[in-house]
Amino acid sequence: MAMRVEHELHERRKGRNYGLGLILAGFIAIIFGLTVVKVLQLGDAAQFEKFDHVARPQLIPQEGAGE
Amino acid sequence: MSDISASDSTYEASMGDYFALLKPRVMSLVVFTALVGLLVSPVPVHPFIGFVAILCIAVGAGASGALNMWWDADIDARMKRTAGRPIPSGRVEPGEALGIGLALAGFSIVLLALATNFLAAFLLAFTIFFYAVIYSMWLKRATPQNIVIGGAAGAFPPMIGWAVATGSVSIESVLMFALIFMWTPPHFWALALFVKSDYGNAGVPMLTETHGRDATRKHVIIYTLLLVPVALGLGFTSIGGPFYLAVAIFMNAWFLKGAFDIWRRDDAACEADKHRVEIKVFKVSLYYLFAHFGALLVEAALRLYGVGGW
Repeated sequence: MAMRVEHELHERRKGRNYGLGLILAGFIAIIFGLTVVKVLQLGDAAQFEKFDHVARPQLIPQEGAGE
Repeated sequence: MSDISASDSTYEASMGDYFALLKPRVMSLVVFTALVGLLVSPVPVHPFIGFVAILCIAVGAGASGALNMWWDADIDARMKRTAGRPIPSGRVEPGEALGIGLALAGFSIVLLALATNFLAAFLLAFTIFFYAVIYSMWLKRATPQNIVIGGAAGAFPPMIGWAVATGSVSIESVLMFALIFMWTPPHFWALALFVKSDYGNAGVPMLTETHGRDATRKHVIIYTLLLVPVALGLGFTSIGGPFYLAVAIFMNAWFLKGAFDIWRRDDAACEADKHRVEIKVFKVSLYYLFAHFGALLVEAALRLYGVGGW
């Protein structure tokens, strides 16, 4: 007795799984793309370097630096 | 029988069945008008942010389509035109449609807020609420003016597109809204006059059935007359110009003549020529909307070269 592993139902599920995979991949691409665009739109890199939760001595204005 | 295969007693929906829940044809009009609203605004938008914004608006429109199909599954099952939709045909469970509708609505609104601004996201949320709750749940089964007020849901996309770019609502976006809002009734009633519908069987009040075809013809001409000043008025705003105005004058004259022809006819004349005039006016109404928004786009392109606008 032969066991038929593949069934039309499996084909349909495969289509759905691939579809969902594509949607998730697209979602990741969108969030990544938005992040890149939003960060680049800030222009000045120092603006977002401030937010990395680590002390960055080089960002603290030095006395007499502007003169 | 020598082989064993899995039981096929319950149908499992394919990706296409879920996609059909989003009413792709309605989505295409939403994408076009929202894109025009975005592109004609005076504020430039980064192309990727613009793409994400249009995607969010399209998905939001799809979400409201899914919610509409979930709520109207009982009506859809009783009408020939809609009996093949995913829920009445048994391909998608009602609960799935509700889940997809709510999830996509949430995702699209939040993503639009993060990608652009809160006003655009609020307008999208209101549009989904308006279509799913105000139109589908309340007006559709309650009044023959259902499509007049419900048409507002279809009129919001250019306003959202404009808000994406500018972060505000202004006379230009209000007039783009008003153009689609006033266009919907004559467009839809022209269709209702020649399509043999079974809305009556489904218990949906349609003007042609509650007030008769003569009253519907009168409504077509009245709403077309109200539409004309809106369409021409848009031409005198900052997004209009001589080209738009020329297109608007031509298209309004064409549409008005069609509406006038419909108004002068009676049922006998319609039967005699198999609704030739109504079918023609319905087609003209499609060109009408496309031409107006296309002309706005041309004006915006001409402005780039310093020749568009006033």
